[in-house]
Amino acid sequence: MKKGMNKELAKALAAVFLGLTAGAILMLVIGKNPITGYVSLFRGGLMSAERIGNTLATATPLILTGLSVAFAFRTGIFNIGAAGQMLIGGLCATAIGLSFSWPRPLMLISMPLCAILGGAVWGVIPGLLKARFNVNEVVSTIMMNWIAYWSVYYIVPSNFKGEYLETESARLPEVASLKTPWLTNLFQGSYINLGLFLAILAVALISFLLNRTTLGYELKAVGFNRHASEYAGISVNRNIILSMMIAGALSGIAGATFYTGYASNIQIGVLPTQGYDGIAVSLLGANSPWGVFAAALFFGLLHSGKGFMNAMTKIPPDISDSIIAIIIYFTATSLLIEKVWTWLRKKKGGKA
Amino acid sequence: MEFIVEMLNIRKEFPGVVANDDISLQVKKGEIHALLGENGAGKSTLMSILFGLYRPDSGVIKIRGQEVKMTDPNVANSLGIGMVHQHFQLIHNFTVTENIVLGLRGEKADIAKATKRVKELSEQYGLYIEPQAKIEDISVGMQQRVEIMKMLYRDAELLIFDEPTAVLTPQEIQDLINIMKNLVREGKSLILITHKLKEIKAIADRCTIIRRGKKIATVKVSETSEQEMADMMVGRTVSFKVEKKQAQPGDVILDIENLSVKNQKVFGLKNFSLKVRAGEIVGLAGVEGNGQAELVEAISGLVRPESGSIRLNGKDITALPVRDRINAGLAHIPEDRQKHGLVMDFSIEDNLILKKYYERPYSQRGILNREAISGHARKVIEMFDVRAGQGQQSPAYTLSGGNQQKAVVGREIDSNPDLLIAVQPTRGLDVGAIEYIHKRLVEQRDNGKAVLLVSLELDEIMNLSDRIAVICHGELVDVVDGDKTNENEIGLMMTGIKKEKTEDAS
Amino acid sequence: MWEIIRQIFPYAIAFTIPLLITALGGLFSERSGIVNIGLEGLMVMGFFAAAITIYRLEPVMPNAGLRVLLGLAAAIAAGVLFSLLHAVASINMKANQVISGTAINMMAGAITVYLARNITGSGNIHITAGVPRFDIPGLVKIPILGPLFFRQTYITTWIVLVLLLASWYLLYKTPFGLRLRACGEHPHAAASAGINVYLMRYFGVLVSGAFSALGGAIILVTYSGEFSGNVGGLGFLALAALIFGQWKPLGILGASFFFGFASTIANVSQAIPALMTIPPILLKNFPYVVTLLALVLFSKSSQAPKAEGIPF
Repeated sequence: MKKGMNKELAKALAAVFLGLTAGAILMLVIGKNPITGYVSLFRGGLMSAERIGNTLATATPLILTGLSVAFAFRTGIFNIGAAGQMLIGGLCATAIGLSFSWPRPLMLISMPLCAILGGAVWGVIPGLLKARFNVNEVVSTIMMNWIAYWSVYYIVPSNFKGEYLETESARLPEVASLKTPWLTNLFQGSYINLGLFLAILAVALISFLLNRTTLGYELKAVGFNRHASEYAGISVNRNIILSMMIAGALSGIAGATFYTGYASNIQIGVLPTQGYDGIAVSLLGANSPWGVFAAALFFGLLHSGKGFMNAMTKIPPDISDSIIAIIIYFTATSLLIEKVWTWLRKKKGGKA
Repeated sequence: MEFIVEMLNIRKEFPGVVANDDISLQVKKGEIHALLGENGAGKSTLMSILFGLYRPDSGVIKIRGQEVKMTDPNVANSLGIGMVHQHFQLIHNFTVTENIVLGLRGEKADIAKATKRVKELSEQYGLYIEPQAKIEDISVGMQQRVEIMKMLYRDAELLIFDEPTAVLTPQEIQDLINIMKNLVREGKSLILITHKLKEIKAIADRCTIIRRGKKIATVKVSETSEQEMADMMVGRTVSFKVEKKQAQPGDVILDIENLSVKNQKVFGLKNFSLKVRAGEIVGLAGVEGNGQAELVEAISGLVRPESGSIRLNGKDITALPVRDRINAGLAHIPEDRQKHGLVMDFSIEDNLILKKYYERPYSQRGILNREAISGHARKVIEMFDVRAGQGQQSPAYTLSGGNQQKAVVGREIDSNPDLLIAVQPTRGLDVGAIEYIHKRLVEQRDNGKAVLLVSLELDEIMNLSDRIAVICHGELVDVVDGDKTNENEIGLMMTGIKKEKTEDAS
Repeated sequence: MWEIIRQIFPYAIAFTIPLLITALGGLFSERSGIVNIGLEGLMVMGFFAAAITIYRLEPVMPNAGLRVLLGLAAAIAAGVLFSLLHAVASINMKANQVISGTAINMMAGAITVYLARNITGSGNIHITAGVPRFDIPGLVKIPILGPLFFRQTYITTWIVLVLLLASWYLLYKTPFGLRLRACGEHPHAAASAGINVYLMRYFGVLVSGAFSALGGAIILVTYSGEFSGNVGGLGFLALAALIFGQWKPLGILGASFFFGFASTIANVSQAIPALMTIPPILLKNFPYVVTLLALVLFSKSSQAPKAEGIPF
């Protein structure tokens, strides 16, 4: 297993390197110095306790959407619908938070739970369509994204209207927020919230599920070879549906951590970028739970530092999205990296 | 200019294996030259080089005395070389004529003109085809004739046939032999790649034997016996028959009654009835695509029959899900080990528990027990001589075909089933692996299991079966005793013709 | 009812045409064997390239028609170049085509906004010239159909329809088309017949780049007028149209029109009084729900090119 891990790590590092290089080129194209650009980008995410807290908080939903996409990938499904599942999960959590004033412990349990349910429902629909009707999940999950987008667009203003702006929901009362005083103080006022612990817990659970349980065995079997699974008596449809349900639930929690943790309201008219970034995280992390964790931290850094970079250098913050997208591209073309890797090892010692 | 083609000192290496090691082949104009070798010996690679699909690492190719570089199939085509592939290279939803002109340009690609020329060639060589039909609608025999026609349309002088008789009935094989004689009579030269000794004896002039990438000899077919050729192919004396005691059949284990199964819109299996007893091997003979797949899928539970019943040990399993049938004592060695038998990305140990992972001791309350899984794998690997680089942790895709099949066979036999279904269990394997698997199947039968053997290789069926059932167009033609019949009789039945004497053989 | 149709029709056609040309591009790619879900990103690329070209030319080129023409040309060039990324990844690197396509979408979305923001600060680029609309003389007088189809049409509509016809002819009536389709059904058979499968697939992908980008540009110069960073899922609707239309040019025409109509209902409700009674949440979701239903109906009996998505 060690051989495999080393190769995956090399592929990931190579993709990151190439992505950062491409980013540097993009900076040069608009006449900016890449070195100052990157320095301010990384400083923006790391140079104080508050900033580190923000980086962690930014990474939190990414861990979860990355986990969501990776989990579905293992079963052979492309979950491009993480953004919609996140929105619905966030909507459910916010709805509870704004509609009920229960004591805090009850809030902290019921809101993520509701998010899980919402996300699971939003994920199970494309899963069902694929299992029963052979509907291509790429197109169906994207349709679900847009349905979520427009649903939130109208449901929020008519039910949970914000006080100041039409485009956002009301602010969550403190008792309902995932932010908690001792954490916030630890990181000196950042956006950090309990969602981080939820995310880490999720990573551990999913890792256990995939590697140590019969459910994980079944899901992987179906993902690798559905014909052999069928022949051996494993229910392919059941596993596809279950997989999308779990993947949806994970993105749903991501929504809870973002809309009721990092932020304290939902904005309409925005499809959360963490949805598509989840794909990048999953690919860079080679679809493995702890790989996803590491990749999410890295992308979290890219996102949390871009504001500072923009303020210091005027480089548009969209550079982070560009770099992340380019990294995905390079993980897809990993054959090139594999060829270079094999060539390098041959040079070192003969055997490939 | 005696030789139409010469391949001299060809060497071709792939990662980890030398497919062709200094092979020389010379084919005379107007002869039928057979290329004999086991699966994996290197015959297909050699011919792919001749046809331009691969480039040799070293060596020379001469056509009609001139040295040439075969860079791609177009060059081969322009030099008059054509190949009729084992797996037909036809586009299923294009018409016959469209397939014939595919890749050509200009006038030769004009459909109307092509149809006319195809009709002319059809008469000249006795190749009956329907120009406007779609490939997915025509028979396998006609599909092969389309492949031949592709070559003739391009004025091929040398035609290479790759395992042409694998998918034909004995009658169609005779037709093909006649077509080949026609081709030679019209001045063509043929190379026949095959591992079927009978056919080489029937039609070839000379034969070159290849073993493990090396050329062993080139012989005159009329002066060499089948036994001699087989021994040269394998490298030791080959025994054609399997040692087996008399069968001692017991209770009926598998009882199929009037089973009908649909394949998309039509009935692939019609009113099929068969009984298999404990302690016997029943072989199902038939040409590919005559209902065997539907029957096996219905028994194993992958497909629901339209009508009829299946009983296993007296229990009605007709509507049971796959897992329940496995638990009722059914084991199945599937036809395609890579698609249905194994999860190639799983390790051997994970593959060996594919059907039992949810049971004790392999898992408890949903958590896998890795030690038990490893222990089981070690046992099976040893018992069934499965060779793998990293033992039970090796990913399945790193094993050779023979070892993959042994792993599948091992898994199925180790589950101690009452009924073992083996479909094409020795497809693509070398003689050593074939002998091994045949031995294990007979062993199962001697241990009182019921074995249903489905195979396209008539030799295998005749060798192993106690009783032989023949299927044609989805219907049971007849069931006969293994030692009271011969190949010709079975061959006739495979085309649907029943024996004259009707005994109650079910 | 008729009045509503008459009012919606020109909008419906305007929405349909970009969808149609993009789906047509997708057809070329998938028929050659390469799944291209990056159509959305390629549309955005064309959208951006046309916007920035026309925007930059506004101060220096008084001829509006020429500006638009150059904008369209720039879009096509951008689409071809950008789709090269997908081609190299899918064909030479044997990458997973869905991942590569997703990367294309994300890169296009991010990089275009990055560059646009550098120019205009907001990331939106507004242009002043578009494609002129005109009545087709003579044909517009045909009763009932005339005012529906031939009144106030864009010239790009007719260009796209001509491209559709030409594509149909190329794919189904020429040896070249036969070769291309063979690559998507059975690449080994095509290779045995001497066809250069790699080259054919490059052709398919680059055409999908050109056509999709053109689709994005047409959005700009017909009904949008402003680059905003995304095309609202139209590229995926085009994919759905491809599936719904069973990978045939005529089917795609019908499917695109169907989805175009649905999108129109979602977007022009303000202009049509009768539609304003329906809650906007239903109107906006309508195209996507309808797409899902269509997929449910048509995915079982899929007529997709047999070998698409499998690296050769």
